Amino acid sequence: MTILSPLPGTFYSRPSPDEPAFKKAGDTVEIDDTIGLIEVMKTFIEVKSEVAGTFKAYVVENSSPVDPGAILAELE
Amino acid sequence: MTLKIIKHGLSTSIQDLGRPGYFHLGIPMSGAMDRFALRTANMLVGNDEGAACLEAVFLGPEIEFEQDTCIAVTGGEMPIKIDGIVQETWSSFKVKKGQILSFGFLLKGARIYIAFAGGIDTPLDLGSRSTYPIGALGGINGRAIIAGDTIPLGDQSRAKSGLSIPPELRRLPNKPADLRVLPGLYWHRITEQTQDQFFMDDWKVAPEADRMGVRFKGGTEFNFVDREPPFGAGSDPSNIVDGCYSYGSIQVPAGKEPIILHRDAVSGGGYFTIGAVISADMDYIGQLQPHTPVKFIKVNMEQALEARKERQDMLTKIRTVLDE
Repeated sequence: MTILSPLPGTFYSRPSPDEPAFKKAGDTVEIDDTIGLIEVMKTFIEVKSEVAGTFKAYVVENSSPVDPGAILAELE
Repeated sequence: MTLKIIKHGLSTSIQDLGRPGYFHLGIPMSGAMDRFALRTANMLVGNDEGAACLEAVFLGPEIEFEQDTCIAVTGGEMPIKIDGIVQETWSSFKVKKGQILSFGFLLKGARIYIAFAGGIDTPLDLGSRSTYPIGALGGINGRAIIAGDTIPLGDQSRAKSGLSIPPELRRLPNKPADLRVLPGLYWHRITEQTQDQFFMDDWKVAPEADRMGVRFKGGTEFNFVDREPPFGAGSDPSNIVDGCYSYGSIQVPAGKEPIILHRDAVSGGGYFTIGAVISADMDYIGQLQPHTPVKFIKVNMEQALEARKERQDMLTKIRTVLDE
């Protein structure tokens, strides 16, 4: 299972630079859990999971550009 | 005759062709960022070309129809769904009361225009329904749409459906995008080397781009011609004694990141402007995603007017095709 980016912009896996990532391998992911942020048009938008499962890994690195529909993270 | 907004997407606003005539008072023109797409969407459903539509950026809204009507979606490429079934873009079709309009992921471009037969019939502010949130003008009580809003539609008697824009007349920027620039008022303020470098560099759209302005990163920092700062201008070489800005003008604060002023931009200020993007290419800017590579192409007035005519000819061709 994968979580896709709904938007183009810059992806962040952490809520702020000095905090840990929203999810790490083995974490439980519920529907509507925030797994990252997309920065676009001077706004940070929460990326919420539309699926439930166990978090495997981020596919996109923190602070990198993403296109709409890009795979951000994988779940098991 | 109404629409019910279930989800509003990222930022979805009511826009028409804007409210020109008040820029000298500091009120921007507003209106669609891609006016070509708005005009064609309206033509497809039988509306006047300047009727009010919904402009959605990056993410489509979800809408329930509370009456039968006809719709068309133009602009960026984003799969359109009615009750989950994919429909043709750049084409008009009928929808029934109770059906739900939703969208897939954005594939190309940045903004879609959803036209409804009869047009959106919210009150006019200074002659336009376009949303300008900072001035609380147009839209729904001066703001963008939000989930739960009910949006009125106008007279359906001229509704058209089953029309389609031929693929070669659907206008979107290439990737990388070329934006044609006419050097302007403060061109002499930068060195000859910077004047050339600006057109050679590969720029990228910054993620903070919005309806006011679109910022570009990745090019070389400007070198300025030395000067004694005039009274009232700051010591920064990119400052001027406050002046007027035009739609499409390019300011470069501190000589670092060019910003192209768009539909909701301020009308004046203290940054020098090196020139302006030509009117024929302003719609393209409305369709640029963040991180899109961009080249600026130098043109003269003659070429700018020729490009404007080409764009007008495309609209004329579309009118002819749809009337046949």
